[in-house]
Amino acid sequence: MINTAYSYQFQPGKVRSELIRMFPISLFVVAFGAAFGLAAVQKGLGPLESLLMSTLVFAGASQFAAIDMWGGEVSVIPVMVVVFAINSRHLLMGASLYPMLKDVSPAKRYGLMLLLTDANWAVSAQEYQSGRRNLEVILGGGLVLWLAWIVGTWLGVYFGGLLQDPKSLGMDMVLGCFLLAMALGGKKNPRVLVAWALAAAASLAAWKWLPANTHVVAGALAGGLVGLFWLEKKPVDEDVEEPV
Amino acid sequence: MTIETTTVGVLALILIMTLVTLATRFGGVFIMSYVRISPRVESFINTMASSVLIAIIVPMAFAGDAGALAALSVTAVTMLAIKKPLPAIAAGIFAAAFVRYFF
Repeated sequence: MINTAYSYQFQPGKVRSELIRMFPISLFVVAFGAAFGLAAVQKGLGPLESLLMSTLVFAGASQFAAIDMWGGEVSVIPVMVVVFAINSRHLLMGASLYPMLKDVSPAKRYGLMLLLTDANWAVSAQEYQSGRRNLEVILGGGLVLWLAWIVGTWLGVYFGGLLQDPKSLGMDMVLGCFLLAMALGGKKNPRVLVAWALAAAASLAAWKWLPANTHVVAGALAGGLVGLFWLEKKPVDEDVEEPV
Repeated sequence: MTIETTTVGVLALILIMTLVTLATRFGGVFIMSYVRISPRVESFINTMASSVLIAIIVPMAFAGDAGALAALSVTAVTMLAIKKPLPAIAAGIFAAAFVRYFF
């Protein structure tokens, strides 16, 4: 099917409201950013270099992992492999948004992907499962999360960690709890539950026996296989179909 | 191959990390633009999408301490009971702090 006109209409008001919706989560991202900034300068990165990395890379877990491999000299291939492995979930996340992304122009499509992170993707993917199309959260949510990550890094670089021991306050679990809440808030039917069981088993097996950082992709693909062979009956009132 | 962490070297490393990350952000969308979205493909990417979250969380629970486990279980139970994300997340964070303070 070829779309000559791109049918997805961005609503500026919704972009703003999604930005505000992600604001509470972004406060925690500031705290993580501060932890990263502190770790980066302790590993010998300059303040501006740390800020540049957060601004351009904008992928927290992979930045922490790269910083762990920092020294007087850095081996390029291992850093590339680790960054790719940790961020390879973006491949699947981007692909999963494609049914919506095909309805925006390529420039906007790839522009939106610059702001793709776990949190805003989780909201968009979950709403899509419920038949709502929300690319505004990728834009608005992504912007506020990106700014929070940069501001957090800046605070960490110049003022150190914000909290003495963020782990004792449970702060390290914010993102995990958020993603879990999104998963459980989505559509649940026998097909999804079987996919989850398989995804859980495969991700654990990969975590235990496969190379590090492959567990997300392994689990997600295993869950996807359930969908590949177990098709859902289309509900009649499906409103995600595009106009003919 | 190694890069010395001089100013130029660090900039090169940041650039390399940026390009690798961009490849992951763009790659899935790029590949999908060559795939015809049949109902089967749509079904695959939909179940895959909800499985991504499970594949992130389950190993996190197994790798984590008692606090991590408490946070995730309390979030799950609260979310299933009241279906509101923010209270569920808050309860999970509180559970982690509680468990780590007392145990």
